[in-house]
Amino acid sequence: MSKPLIKLENVSMVFEIHPMFGEKKKIKAVENVSLEIKENDILALVGESGCGKSTLGRIMLGLLKPTSGKVLYYINGKYKDIWSLSKKEYKVFRRNAQLIPQNPYTTINPMRNVISALIPPFLHYKIARNKEEAKKMVAEHLKMVGLAPPEDFFNRYSCRLSGGQLQRIAIARAISVKPKFIVADEAVSMLDASLRIEILDLLLRIREEYGLAVLFITHDLAIARYFARKNKIAIMYLGNIVEMGNTEDIIKNPLHPYTKALIMSVPIPDPDIARKRGLPKLRSLEVPSLVNPPSGCKFHTRCPLATEICQKQAPALRNINGRLVACHKIGDIDSK
Amino acid sequence: MVGRLRTLEKILFEHIYIPLKILAKDKRALFGLFMLIAYILISLIGPMIIPLDLTPNLEERYLPPSWKHPLGTDFAGRDILAQLVHGGRDVLTAAFAAGIVTVGIGTVIGIIAGYMGGKIDTVITALIDIFLTIPGFPLLMVIAAWLLQSGIPINILTIAFVLSITSWAGLARAVRAQTLSIKNEEFIEVDKCLGLSKLYIIFYEILPNLMPYIAMNFMLSSVSAIYSYTGLMALGLIPLTPGNWGAMINMAQAYVGTITGAGATYILAPSFAIILLQISLVFLANGIDKIFNPRLREW
Repeated sequence: MSKPLIKLENVSMVFEIHPMFGEKKKIKAVENVSLEIKENDILALVGESGCGKSTLGRIMLGLLKPTSGKVLYYINGKYKDIWSLSKKEYKVFRRNAQLIPQNPYTTINPMRNVISALIPPFLHYKIARNKEEAKKMVAEHLKMVGLAPPEDFFNRYSCRLSGGQLQRIAIARAISVKPKFIVADEAVSMLDASLRIEILDLLLRIREEYGLAVLFITHDLAIARYFARKNKIAIMYLGNIVEMGNTEDIIKNPLHPYTKALIMSVPIPDPDIARKRGLPKLRSLEVPSLVNPPSGCKFHTRCPLATEICQKQAPALRNINGRLVACHKIGDIDSK
Repeated sequence: MVGRLRTLEKILFEHIYIPLKILAKDKRALFGLFMLIAYILISLIGPMIIPLDLTPNLEERYLPPSWKHPLGTDFAGRDILAQLVHGGRDVLTAAFAAGIVTVGIGTVIGIIAGYMGGKIDTVITALIDIFLTIPGFPLLMVIAAWLLQSGIPINILTIAFVLSITSWAGLARAVRAQTLSIKNEEFIEVDKCLGLSKLYIIFYEILPNLMPYIAMNFMLSSVSAIYSYTGLMALGLIPLTPGNWGAMINMAQAYVGTITGAGATYILAPSFAIILLQISLVFLANGIDKIFNPRLREW
């Protein structure tokens, strides 16, 4: 089996807010998260907005330094923390970990045309010897992401391109340096629904071709299921991973009450069934604030199963039936 | 050789033809551009055609416009047009030099404050606030008086530098704000992931976004430099140079003191020369945004 490419070990990220008046506040965006991504594998990270999934992606890319914990990257036969790599090793890591951001309209500089945004990576890593060669490579990459004829796109600015085209360019830019690992941060959430599958398929095809490991961040469970159908999914809630395992297992038989609520809230395109199904069985629909998270299990304010222990003690991730779940009450359900 | 020619052709196309094509649609900016070019040409070539004769000729004092003297003569019977043409070079040089220095200081300080952030930003922002609250022209008067005493040679470059001391803060603030908003854009994050250097990010990603501000500010600080330079000279606070428009106003208000009657052209001619130059620069500044901003282009 292939080995893990990037491992997170007990990573936490705390942002501090220093207001001019009043006390300073701490926001725990990511708390004690451990996970790993194997080579040529997909992990879909699902959670509601503000749960820290983008922050986690940025940490894995080395764009943010976690306040505690380690980000380990497999290099020269060893796992090394990316924040203590040598300059040479960091350059290798930097080249191998790329980002496809969320908003296609800001993925290339609105003041610069496509070709001038795509050429520099080729020259920076000396993949191309000169501008002419880089231009040819840009053309190849544009063709690969389905923008043909590529010459038509060279001199265009982002204001003259559609969201789908821009997202294809973002993909082309990310794969231009032949990385091993890509974070796709809500890569399709700002596109028209009709375009999403096309872009997802493109990403899957390119992933297959390049043998990429992908961290696919999304708030949409259906898209996560489509993208990582043969791989793994991780559900995040207020900075913690609450359930992680094979996608089909989790979708068909969710264990954690939050996962259940998420699956319940995926819209069904039939009003009769949707009305009958009603709202998810939660005690509260309000998401607690990250500045002031609930004690113990962060989900206990909304959880239908919550008891006293949930308020006091934070549950650890346990291995249940081949997947990881963080809930005090799950073992109980199984035994009944 | 052919390759070099082709790049020259490309540069001409990108930096001359396209901007002109964009400007052609904006009549006011086009007017500004042509006026500016006319001013530059007159200041460059004019002195070679019209000689400046400063010997007093008391028989020809305060003559009204005629074929021999198109703008009349001054208190000493010297041709006003000749003085006007010869004074243009100084005014334009001071204006553009002040514009360049202002833009240089403002951009560098603004980018440093915006990109570095933290304590450097706090200090620079405080400095900008101080310079924005000081009224410019009175400060200039004080500095000019000090310069005269200190014995530092007063030439166009020192003047340009002094003029920019009072006007860099506005641009620095705009550049800082713009840099702050751009540095958190997603394309900068992607650049960082790709391992592109800070210098690349500053020069190729941030600077193009600042170009409209910089170009516009260059024009506008040139305008205010013309105003300050000729103003200082009209008030007699810096040494007069013969033919300079400010010096002409200074002399005119001392000798004529009126804009009616004989010798009126002596004060009107330099005043209108200044006003027209400022107007054309402002018109051009308004049109310049379209050149740099691809969103405003019409194809």
